[in-house]
Amino acid sequence: MAVDVQRYKTDVHNNWCPGCGDYGILNAIQMTLSQMELPPHRVALFSGIGCSAKTVHYVKTYGVHTLHGRVLPFATGAKLANPELTVIAVGGDGDGLGIGAGHFVHAGRRNVDLTYLIYDNGVYGLTKGQASPTLRLGVQTKSLPQPNVNQGVNPLLLALSAGYTFIARGYAFDIPHLIGVIRRAIEHKGSAFIDVLQPCPTYNDLLTKDWFGGLDRKDEQGRPVPRVYKLEEDGYDPYVRPGMGEDEIQEKQVRFLQKAMEWGDRIPIGVLWVNETVDTYEDRLEERIPSYRGARPALRPLADPKGRPLVDLTELFEELRVL
Amino acid sequence: MNHAHGPKRRINRLSWLIGGAQGSGVDSAANVFARACAHGGLYVLGQREYYSNIMGEHSYYQVRVSDKPVKAIRHRADLLVSFDAETVFVHACDVSPNGGIVYDVKLETTPLDRVPTLDARFREDMRRFLEKQGVGLTLKDLLSVVAQGGVRLYPIPYDDLLQRLAEELQQPLSRVKRAVNTLAVAASTALLQYGVEWIEKALEEVFRGKARVVASNVRAAELAYDYVARTFEDDFPCRLEPVETQEARIFLTGTQAVALGKILAGCSVQTYYPISPATDESVFLESHPSIRLRNGEEGALLVLQTEDETAAIDLAIGAAIAGARAATSTSGPGFSLMVEGLGFAVINEVPVVITLYQRGSPSTGMPTRTEQGDLRFVLHAGHGEGPRIVLASGDLEEAFYDEVRAFNWAERYQVPVIHLLDKALASTSETRPLYDTHGVKVERGKLLFEEDLPGASEDGAIRRFRFTDDGISPRTLPGTEGGIFWLTSDEHDEWGHITEDPVVRTRMMEKRMQKLETAAREIPREEKLNVFGGPEAEAVILSWGSSKGAIVEAMELLEAEGFPLKFVQVRLLCPFPAEEIAQELEGAERIVAIENNFSGQLAALVREKTGIAADHLLVKYNGRPMTVEEVYEGIKRCLTEGEEAPRKVVLTHGR
Ligand SMILES: Cc1ncc(C[n+]2csc(CCOP(=O)(O)OP(=O)(O)O)c2C)c(N)n1
Ligand code: SF4
Ligand SMILES: [Mg+2]
Repeated sequence: MAVDVQRYKTDVHNNWCPGCGDYGILNAIQMTLSQMELPPHRVALFSGIGCSAKTVHYVKTYGVHTLHGRVLPFATGAKLANPELTVIAVGGDGDGLGIGAGHFVHAGRRNVDLTYLIYDNGVYGLTKGQASPTLRLGVQTKSLPQPNVNQGVNPLLLALSAGYTFIARGYAFDIPHLIGVIRRAIEHKGSAFIDVLQPCPTYNDLLTKDWFGGLDRKDEQGRPVPRVYKLEEDGYDPYVRPGMGEDEIQEKQVRFLQKAMEWGDRIPIGVLWVNETVDTYEDRLEERIPSYRGARPALRPLADPKGRPLVDLTELFEELRVL
Repeated sequence: MNHAHGPKRRINRLSWLIGGAQGSGVDSAANVFARACAHGGLYVLGQREYYSNIMGEHSYYQVRVSDKPVKAIRHRADLLVSFDAETVFVHACDVSPNGGIVYDVKLETTPLDRVPTLDARFREDMRRFLEKQGVGLTLKDLLSVVAQGGVRLYPIPYDDLLQRLAEELQQPLSRVKRAVNTLAVAASTALLQYGVEWIEKALEEVFRGKARVVASNVRAAELAYDYVARTFEDDFPCRLEPVETQEARIFLTGTQAVALGKILAGCSVQTYYPISPATDESVFLESHPSIRLRNGEEGALLVLQTEDETAAIDLAIGAAIAGARAATSTSGPGFSLMVEGLGFAVINEVPVVITLYQRGSPSTGMPTRTEQGDLRFVLHAGHGEGPRIVLASGDLEEAFYDEVRAFNWAERYQVPVIHLLDKALASTSETRPLYDTHGVKVERGKLLFEEDLPGASEDGAIRRFRFTDDGISPRTLPGTEGGIFWLTSDEHDEWGHITEDPVVRTRMMEKRMQKLETAAREIPREEKLNVFGGPEAEAVILSWGSSKGAIVEAMELLEAEGFPLKFVQVRLLCPFPAEEIAQELEGAERIVAIENNFSGQLAALVREKTGIAADHLLVKYNGRPMTVEEVYEGIKRCLTEGEEAPRKVVLTHGR
């Protein structure tokens, strides 16, 4: 049973370009929330700045459209202040891996229980198509005056070294598959990262829907041979579980590397890494502050009915007493 | 003890200074001295000066002691306490004519050029000074010069005393060597005829939980008292005597005063990226993760160290959006990075508190030295125009209550609030009565909970930026059913959705700005400015922030000399209380602005907003806090020389 997906939609006019992969991701997010029956008011959606970041205005949950590159700090602050919220962060590849790269790394180190989707289109969409950090060396997309002079960063490898405990890749035009990935990411306890391949038909004329779908290469029957394939259908097991031996974990890491670096003829999508052996940041906080989850910082009562502070400074004064 | 005999002595009024290499125990020595005085019922005010360095550079600690509350440091020390050569070279000339110097006898032969940590400029000045006096370049030569001016010398054979201590305790000399600072402190209190038991009590407190360390330091103190009694005449012109009092008192630093204010206000999320001189506040908070509440429960206080200052402010804003009373603490370089997040809080009307400890700037500047140089910066920080509230504290009393105010105003007016302090306040330590929390109120403004929502909610969501009469819109917290809202750093409509419509933009701009008018109307006059002194005064002092203490003390001295003054201390800097200030300045024969910066930022602001210009500017920008003497001299000069006095007088005290 799912909640009517209309409940997760707003009537804000959507101004993405026709054919933009962002539509697919937006639909997938709304459908995941409805399938998971998450009440809209229990969800907080955060975004950075870019075409992708406008997502929050189209989703009827608490929505915070933050600053370019800063979505993770904002989302982290809200989640830690109220750990009962379902927090989802979204943004572009320039947002998360360019200006926000530092935050991307440090969010992985924390492992706060949230989900982060990067709309990976290889370009800075909203500023008219400059090279994004994931665009590969020597590639020249439509609006680049010269081929890209930088190497591209691999978001999946970066996520692993940063410490994300859930790492996946999705494809904007395989919505049913993407829904499954987002759902598993939300259900995962810890920081979940999804790199979503998102064609930008306006500025990226190389990583197009046709290219991912393999329209340029046909089999004997004349059918396209898609480049994107699903890890789930390949028998890939992403799980690192408590009690696993060193060797087994190492083997998983090697397999992860192989899949994360596979590109070109075959591009895997699906869940690549789920590490269940690392505590969430909230668990670590609770260990230090036993009252943490019970007395959520965001909802701590502050005053008595007369407006007087509830805090009792006696003990602190005692600590500083000299007379 | 022969209290009644001997020469006439000044009792319980003392300016004391200890120095030494960083990492050698100067801080704990000063702490022992200050606590020993505090336990005896005396009021204490301390100021710590240190380099941006961990080990080796010269640091010093000034402590003033009195039977009345002390408000500021003095330039002159009555007693200089040292155990290295550098301290004597640097501070000997600042000892008052009737004062004394406690020093290590074996260092007398140290030549000036054997103190590698001395700044080249200072070394050169000292060389010229000694040459002019016609003496050699050793410590002894300098001591002989100051002794001729009346300063008493108290050479102490620290090595012999440490040797004895090692033998008595049957420990290697290397083990007991660290007690040299206790020897120095105890020698000074012995000269002041202050009972050794007070030092022992303070040692127990400072080295709590380390019984062996306490024992060896207590013995060191006794050896020093014994040596002083045997060696020197009992004629030091100042003495300290315990004072009976029933008053409960605490001893705390500026960063602790701020932290206590935050805790009382109910701050539950504090973020930071390490930076002098702000970090101590966060560290203090982090050691109190669970706060006792009056309903018997515990409140969580999260202190989150982030990857940088952009993250620090953004995490705090995220937490504030979620409903926490959230703050971040920083100084200039960190605030520069926070400007981006500040703009977000402005346009999205998020109540967040930024505690800003100003330090020597620009750029990295002087990380551990003070300045009031960021006033103009915080008023305008960020691109475009938008409301924020800025308040500045003048002392540790205000710092505590102002922090509560900051949270209340942040929530009432839904704006970021910048609480300005500086390094001088951060590193001030003082004894004071317990803060009275009775009148303190928590005000959360237009915050709606589920039960308040019917009516405001439209199809499950609210207009977070609803146009209202006072510019302030009702706010909900994520998780509230029916309270869904959107925020965006883009210009937005009432719903928080992006708009570029010129009509909505105009109204939204006006709505945000209107909140400052509302705040200006509602905030009481006495929270906008303090006025000291009588209406009969012809001259008015205009200032803000940490210069307060030195000004108030200088005023007392000047009033006693027949110069009645009025002092207007501006506490609220935005919205700027132009009218209130103009009323106070009207008719003043002479206006003297005093600021710890280069250009007199407040004075310029007052001129901009009121048309009233200060006649004189006393400014200081050498990174050191104002001392009572220089403020006294500076004001007096303006009063007596009148038109002849320069418009701008640069104050330069401090080492
Ligand atoms: C601090 C800052 N610098 C630059 C910009 C301009 N800017 C807006 S969107 C954007 C890039 C967007 O690219 P990406 O994050 O990949 O998102 P996309 O539009 O491709 O979804 C830039 C550079 C900004 N908003 N803020
Ligand atoms: S520019 Fe590209 S990413 Fe942006 S809306 Fe258009 S198609 Fe989508
Ligand atoms: Mg992009």
